[in-house]
Amino acid sequence: MSANRKMEQTAAAIEFREVDYSLPTGQPLLRRLNLQVQRGETLVLLGRSGSGKTTTLKLINRLLSPTSGEIRINGTPTRDTDVIRLRRGIGYVIQDVGLFPHYNVERNIGLVPRIEGWPAPRIRQRVEELLQMVGLDASIAARYPHQLSGGQRQRVGVARALAADPAILLMDEPFGALDALSRDQLQREFLGLQRRLNKTVVFVTHDLREALRLGSRIALMEAGQLVSVLSPEGFLHSTDPLPAAYVQAFGEGLDSVAKRGSS
Amino acid sequence: MNIAHYFLQNHREILELTLEHLWLVGISTLLAVFIGIPLGIVSAHWPVWNRPVLGTANIIQTVPSLALFGFLLPVPWIGARADRLAILALTLYALLPVIRNTYTGIRGVDPAVVEAGRGMGLTGNQLLLQVELPLALSVILSGVRVAVVVSVGLATIAAAIGAGGLGEFIFRGLAMVNNQLILAGAIPAAALALSADFGLGWLEKRLRPR
Repeated sequence: MSANRKMEQTAAAIEFREVDYSLPTGQPLLRRLNLQVQRGETLVLLGRSGSGKTTTLKLINRLLSPTSGEIRINGTPTRDTDVIRLRRGIGYVIQDVGLFPHYNVERNIGLVPRIEGWPAPRIRQRVEELLQMVGLDASIAARYPHQLSGGQRQRVGVARALAADPAILLMDEPFGALDALSRDQLQREFLGLQRRLNKTVVFVTHDLREALRLGSRIALMEAGQLVSVLSPEGFLHSTDPLPAAYVQAFGEGLDSVAKRGSS
Repeated sequence: MNIAHYFLQNHREILELTLEHLWLVGISTLLAVFIGIPLGIVSAHWPVWNRPVLGTANIIQTVPSLALFGFLLPVPWIGARADRLAILALTLYALLPVIRNTYTGIRGVDPAVVEAGRGMGLTGNQLLLQVELPLALSVILSGVRVAVVVSVGLATIAAAIGAGGLGEFIFRGLAMVNNQLILAGAIPAAALALSADFGLGWLEKRLRPR
């Protein structure tokens, strides 16, 4: 028991060991991925479309299963965990949000607590707390997803993912579909939230600015392989060709973004 | 003797045969729903089953109804009573729209919603009962509506094998070259079809997700 606890404390929150993933057709999407995510950090998976970022993310909550290798959460291989339990302990936010259109905001946010059998008053209290946490007015609870703006919808998506207080949060381009102003605001709120909650976050984006601003480390992916894992500062000043190409492509003003993010 | 007068005079028999008609359509629709929705779910979730299931239902649909009644006649238990036979035939016809719309409805659920549900740890059953079926409900219902309207018409032919229903009037009228008799069957049948179409259409609209 105590040995077990010790292992949990020393093991990385999430660890990929020699992970390969191929489609059933045999086409490889990920090759020999080794990666550790530390407890409480925001690891950004950065890369272009098709580089394997989303695949990597879905391997964590077992929406996909590795062809070979293993993924460990707190030292325990995910394939040894009941998949439903595993997923309920991991918050999941996607670009298209995926709110249930036939549920109002309150029911959407309270979904996991409800299927986990929380008593109704506790769910209601939790929903209220979460709405406040993501900067939404309590009056929004009775509305339906189609009555919300894009930014509000994504806030509800984040609140829903946080509902059962998971230690890990997976975010797949959550702010990608928003207008620039809303995106900026949600990024800022995400930083504030993360400072308070200290979740282990894996965040997928193809936007270097977002990566520099939000990430404590940036894992750069290309064609199904992990190229390098760098701090935002390290990324900016890297002389490796691929990070340098990103920095050049995104142009001026990146320094200030990275500083703001790490502050 | 005008038609209204005829209807008044024979209202007892018209009512009786209308109820018989409703019974044939109602039971067969219920059976088709109980069989068709699970088959639709199976073909939506396991694409391997899609072709055989929808293909079979399609083929059944192409068999002329009189021929189908004939084919089913030698089937034991079923063939022993005309109403059983009629109900089975009507059920088989009603299957296609129910299966097809269940399939379409479930496949039409926003993939992001399903992915979010799975990612949050809903079990397969929870996903089906709380997300997929509620969101597919209006599409499924429109399949049921088609099935009912078609069945009301088809059930008139069941009278040819002695299963009763409003077809009795129509066949009697045809044999006696009596238009009033034909109308005594055709008008209530049309009214049944129209009101089922209207009622289920209204329900469908109310259940449509926003």
